[in-house]
Amino acid sequence: MSALLQVEGLSKRYWRGDRDFSALDGISFSIAPGETLALVGPSGSGKSTVARILLRLVEPDAGSIRFNGEELLGLRGAALRATRTKLQMVFQDPLAAFNPRATVARLIDDPLRIHGIVGRADRPKAIAALLERVGLAAELASRRVHEISGGQRQRVAIARALATRPALIVLDEALSALDVLVRGDILNLLAELQRDEGVAYLFISHDLGAVRAVAHRIAIMDSGRIVEEGDAAAVIAAPASATGRALVAATPELPVFPRLPVFKETVS
Amino acid sequence: MSLSRLFRTPEAAAGLVILGLLVAMAVAAPWLFPRDPLAIAGQPLLPPFQDWALPLGTDRLGRDVVAGLFHGARTSLAVGLAAAAASILVGSIVGTVAGFAGGLVDEVLMRITDAFQTVPGFLLSLALVSVVGPSLSVVVAAIALSAWTGPTRIARAEVLSIRERDYVASARVIGMHPVEIAFREVLPNALPPVLALSSVIVAAAILTEAALSFLGLGDPNRVTWGGMIAEGRAVLRSAPYLSVIPGIALVLSVLGVYLAGEGVVEGTAAREGQA
Ligand SMILES: Nc1ncnc2c1ncn2[C@@H]1O[C@H](COP(=O)(O)OP(=O)(O)OP(=O)(O)O)[C@@H](O)[C@H]1O
Ligand SMILES: [Mg+2]
Repeated sequence: MSALLQVEGLSKRYWRGDRDFSALDGISFSIAPGETLALVGPSGSGKSTVARILLRLVEPDAGSIRFNGEELLGLRGAALRATRTKLQMVFQDPLAAFNPRATVARLIDDPLRIHGIVGRADRPKAIAALLERVGLAAELASRRVHEISGGQRQRVAIARALATRPALIVLDEALSALDVLVRGDILNLLAELQRDEGVAYLFISHDLGAVRAVAHRIAIMDSGRIVEEGDAAAVIAAPASATGRALVAATPELPVFPRLPVFKETVS
Repeated sequence: MSLSRLFRTPEAAAGLVILGLLVAMAVAAPWLFPRDPLAIAGQPLLPPFQDWALPLGTDRLGRDVVAGLFHGARTSLAVGLAAAAASILVGSIVGTVAGFAGGLVDEVLMRITDAFQTVPGFLLSLALVSVVGPSLSVVVAAIALSAWTGPTRIARAEVLSIRERDYVASARVIGMHPVEIAFREVLPNALPPVLALSSVIVAAAILTEAALSFLGLGDPNRVTWGGMIAEGRAVLRSAPYLSVIPGIALVLSVLGVYLAGEGVVEGTAAREGQA
């Protein structure tokens, strides 16, 4: 299958004090349509930098990103904004990622309006449908973002990302602010959306339990490099790299769980 | 915000009472004194408390001082509010564009702001009115010309911090146009500290308007306190009340607006501290 996303030799240097250091040092990976690639690694290894470069929020120093056969790094202005419909992101802290003045309806309305996906008259219905799609009551639409729970907020973030029918959603620690039960519910929602709509995920996480539940493949990062890559279950069961072994060792509950079929697994 | 919180400190309460009085005078002026306040109402230089039809007396030309006071409140308040609104509007737009666009745009806009700030504000106002000619809208523009730099700097500083927030990144991710991000996502959230300046700007604008009128550069078709003070100057020894009465009104109004504004800002801060 041809890749949906093909990242080649991505590099990014930052200045720290008087010398620069490498936040990303020639990263390459790919994601197929409908696939979930997990990106794990210790804090500061460069995972969020990858996410921000993919979403064109940060410019890399070198490398190429082919998305849907098109070079993403060459796009700007209206062409870039149009391509953004296919490539979405869910942030770690949904309270920080939403305009504090916005209502739920406006947050989901924005992408529909900006890209002319649904006519003005039909938008309230489309918003209600999207809310329902992520398991929320349509009545929530009139609430403000600080008037709903963290789990509901993250569902709203997913609904907003889904509004433009993206082919790939980047989730940067999107579940880490949630408690364990809510995390399990949202993991199930993500798996269900992938099954129904064929959306691919770049799933950035610290939580190997969540990764094993939703990821097909895994890439382990350390100091701006990918040190190990492979089938998610196989790598977690027997990591080859030192970083991978350290990450698995740091998740004590993991070995206790029996291997369940993907998407059905309960999350520790 | 509850009223009791606004009236919490005696200063804020006094400010609100004075401001309320000022607004009441401005609103009531055309009903209580429907005659042209510039028209002659009685014998000239009538001292206060002599004739109950003209309780505060008359000026050199026989014009009613109370009527002047009420209609002057109208001018002061209108000019103060309009000038503050114009300054805040211009300031928040320029500050948002500078802070959000960054780079060369920011550089150019901020150098212009610097240039305006280095020239004394009153000189700018004076220059504009003397070139264009005195009328209410020119006076408002002249005051705004000297007052927009404060809101600009505050708005820009606020925008610089807001533009790094995740919700701005999130707006870019969904493909929102930069102009919409600047004015719909960033500007409204940058406004509160800018609005906190408004009482100071209104107070300063009332003073500047009075000073311009005092120098004969106010709108000649309107009564202004500054104009009344200037009028009374010629007879300062024989009829000091003609300058003192509008002078007191001016000082009280500036103080009232300032105190009320401080009270509102503090009340809001207290509410946010509680949340
Ligand atoms: N704007 C920036 N300026 C300077 N250094 C930065 C900047 N953004 C990130 N870095 C540095 O780049 C490195 C990678 O950061 P990144 O946020 O990608 O890590 P991460 O893997 O997402 O970590 P975490 O798991 O803690 O979220 C870190 O050392 C970080 O300090
Ligand atoms: Mg991160």
